[in-house]
Amino acid sequence: MKRLMLWVPLALFFGFAGLAAYQLTQPKDEFIESAMVGQPMPQFDLRPASPDRPGVALADLQDGKPKLLNIWASWCVPCIAEAPQLEALREQGVEIVGVAIRDKPEDVAKFLERYGNPYTRIGADDLSEIQLAIGSSGVPETFVIDGNGIIQHQHLGDIRAEHIPMLLQKLQEAGS
Amino acid sequence: MTRAVIIAIACLLGLASIASAQQSLPPAPLAYEQLQDPAQEAAAQDLMQTLRCLKCQSQSIADSDAPMAGDMRHQVRSRIAAGEEPEAIRAWLVERYGDYVSYAPTVSETTWPLFAIPLMLLVIALFVLRGRFRREAK
Amino acid sequence: MIAELGLAALWLAAALAALQLIAGALSQRDESGELASLARPAAIMQGLLAGFAFIMLLWLFAVTDLSVKLVADNSHSAKPMIFKLAGTWGNHEGSMLLWVTVMALAGSLIALLERRLPERTMQATLAAQAFVGLGFYAFLLLSSNPFERLPEPALEGAGLNPLLQDIGLAFHPPTLYFGYVGLSVAFSFAVGALLTGRVGPDFARAMRPWVLGAWIFLTLGITAGSYWAYYELGWGGWWFWDPVENASLMPWLAATALLHSVSVLAARDALRAWTIMLGVVAFSMSMLGTFLVRSGILTSVHAFAVDPERGTFILALLILYVGGALLLFGLKAGSVAEGERFSVTSREGALVFNNVMLSAILGIVLLGTLYPLLTEAFDVRVSVGPPYFNPVGAIFTIPMLIVMAIGPLLRWKGDSIRRIKLPLAIVAAIMAAALLLVIVMGDYSILAMLGLAIAIGLAVGSFMPLRGRNLRRVPIATWGMVVAHFGLAVALFGMASESAFSEERLAAVEIGQSAQVGPWTVTLDQVKPVAGPNWTAIQGDLSAKYEGGETAILKPQTRNFWAPEQETTESTLATRWNGQLYAVIGNEAGQGRWQLRLWWKPFVTFIWYGGILVALGGLLALIGRLRGDLKRRHAKARLEEQARYRDEEAPV
Repeated sequence: MKRLMLWVPLALFFGFAGLAAYQLTQPKDEFIESAMVGQPMPQFDLRPASPDRPGVALADLQDGKPKLLNIWASWCVPCIAEAPQLEALREQGVEIVGVAIRDKPEDVAKFLERYGNPYTRIGADDLSEIQLAIGSSGVPETFVIDGNGIIQHQHLGDIRAEHIPMLLQKLQEAGS
Repeated sequence: MTRAVIIAIACLLGLASIASAQQSLPPAPLAYEQLQDPAQEAAAQDLMQTLRCLKCQSQSIADSDAPMAGDMRHQVRSRIAAGEEPEAIRAWLVERYGDYVSYAPTVSETTWPLFAIPLMLLVIALFVLRGRFRREAK
Repeated sequence: MIAELGLAALWLAAALAALQLIAGALSQRDESGELASLARPAAIMQGLLAGFAFIMLLWLFAVTDLSVKLVADNSHSAKPMIFKLAGTWGNHEGSMLLWVTVMALAGSLIALLERRLPERTMQATLAAQAFVGLGFYAFLLLSSNPFERLPEPALEGAGLNPLLQDIGLAFHPPTLYFGYVGLSVAFSFAVGALLTGRVGPDFARAMRPWVLGAWIFLTLGITAGSYWAYYELGWGGWWFWDPVENASLMPWLAATALLHSVSVLAARDALRAWTIMLGVVAFSMSMLGTFLVRSGILTSVHAFAVDPERGTFILALLILYVGGALLLFGLKAGSVAEGERFSVTSREGALVFNNVMLSAILGIVLLGTLYPLLTEAFDVRVSVGPPYFNPVGAIFTIPMLIVMAIGPLLRWKGDSIRRIKLPLAIVAAIMAAALLLVIVMGDYSILAMLGLAIAIGLAVGSFMPLRGRNLRRVPIATWGMVVAHFGLAVALFGMASESAFSEERLAAVEIGQSAQVGPWTVTLDQVKPVAGPNWTAIQGDLSAKYEGGETAILKPQTRNFWAPEQETTESTLATRWNGQLYAVIGNEAGQGRWQLRLWWKPFVTFIWYGGILVALGGLLALIGRLRGDLKRRHAKARLEEQARYRDEEAPV
């Protein structure tokens, strides 16, 4: 018994070393997943963020058609990289609803003018209220919402070309 | 090495380099403003110190200048002002972000060892002391 | 040329470390062998060469030699000289070189001075020290060469992180390295003693100055680091239970336990295997800390020089040293005899209690720090913070502190409670009265109230060992203990007071307007731009009146550095004997108003005064022990001389 006790420290240490070695091989991702996937969108009503598009309210997401809800901001650099991919999605007939986080109307207008406007509606979320309510923790993030306003999928970070088929697939699943 | 050498407040670095250069909207009303009622403000402060800033590297929302931390402070203060219980607000956030957002782990399927192991340590400590001293006492 | 000289010296030092390892190891088989006599000189030379290499790197930073990659990446010609020099260790490669250098110098010192231990244990110790050193040399030379040249000299350096351009911080890392290295020496002694099985008071006395020295530096390092976080991060917090902070706390906890168990071993020849174990654990914790900080597998505000590849290397070293030492422990510790016996109510009894509690606290900090890593392996993310560490740690800290107030009154080997019932009653009465007082005073958290009461009781209790003694004849080491224990009481008082009595005020004020925080009235006199050597800032000039009386001028700033580009808030402090006013200026709040963040923190400074007192106590103990050792050595030398004299006389 006493003899056995002498080996406990070594056993604990190897437990730690194994864990540390495993974690070193894992890519460190800083994204925090939302726990709201599968849940309905909360009640909300956002004023328009841009003069040429209407704002967004819960009812707009419950019209029976699946949509992408894109959380972005004009001050967000990855959002610039993402703009062409959103444009490509729009060209394939996807309806994209935007929520601009902590943004001024003139900045939003400038951004849309320079990088294109793939949105059918853009709501202004000045206090990150919707962002917090759906468990989003950064910009850009994109949610797949089905026709009943249920969150079906969350895409963290900017959308790249290789993500498009996956998003189309998710939209299709949400539509059926 | 430690704290020492350190630091890049990632909130500053992360946001300053990527993003916040042009974030011109003023912070949320209650991000940098206290509640009138000292008891409510104290409750809000206690809660904010135990909520994690999601944009930062291991800081509470009470210790961060990141805009999102400010928005979360606004959220906490306005809910407390509306009479909501601090633990209800915590639960609301945990529902959205998981246990990660709260620095106060509660006993759950994933966190029970955090509480079981100290108990075990306590038992071992008592056992060791008792064993040691009973033997020596003779 | 300078860089090449440094690199050459480093390679030579590494070769000497290899020689030291081989010589020390071979002498385990053949003590009289010629190789055995090489270990000491090799250790001394190795220290000198490593020191030379480090001076070369200092030189390169002093002259900002931009053809060296490390200098170009981390320095800037416009930086003040002191920060150029501090930049030498403000980066991964340089800090590793500093570590290796201090370690090699420590090796030289043991080789030069340590004569008490049996020669075989000594050789094993030097071999262990060389073995540990070799790993770090390999790390430096193979993957983190600080002397690497750029193909083309850079035009200008990239600069040092502005948060690091702070005088306190410039000396914070070396402080911790000295601590870690001291523990590496303790580790080598432990391994040496395990190899030869000679564990006793002599071993404890040889190890003790290193543990004490390491502990002093760790105490200072943590104290300084906490103060730095307090004024630099700009939100008034002084301890966040951040993984990196925990990484610096864990070696301290282990070293504190080791310090006390080594005293038992030196004085009473008890706790042999346990002391060895703590020697291994203490160094493991420094390595673990280094690993956590550099590998970046945990998220921290203080993440530094993060690189998974370096993490892999450090983990490999960790497994080699700690795994090896624990394997050795499992194999050999069973043959280390238990040591002398003692009763519950004895000095040893109290110290065993202290050790068990400290180990449990260490276990909890370790658990809380690593737990998020464990759940992440199962794709679940959790956060463990103050609401966990404070109460769970308190379960073990509070009994420890209470026993600490009376333990030093007990005699070695066996004593009775009845003998010390008067001081015991005094301490208990003071604690109870203090607790009652704070309960009456107001509605504070339970931990803060207990903290205040225990701090006051402990402060009185810490002086009890001096009761009834002729103060001039009290040994210096005993003074050390008294001062260190009193320092802990002072620090605890500061922590509890900060947590219970702090007041916060966030205000948006126009020029000329005032805001109230605690007893202070703070007026914003003006806001103006100012410029420094490598930054520009917005500065708020504040005048603060304490209860309508004395006035303090504070000038907090929001600084924008340009190399590298970064914004920092420079808080300012007005310090009184009874606390600190903490002021930060934030952004413009619209309509000509400015954001002020103000805190009044009663007795917060006691936290760091206490830390300094604890370190001072350690220093006194170290001086006392070294003097004792010297006396013993002289006495021994005199005896030997007399013996020789007699021998020479006798035959005639």
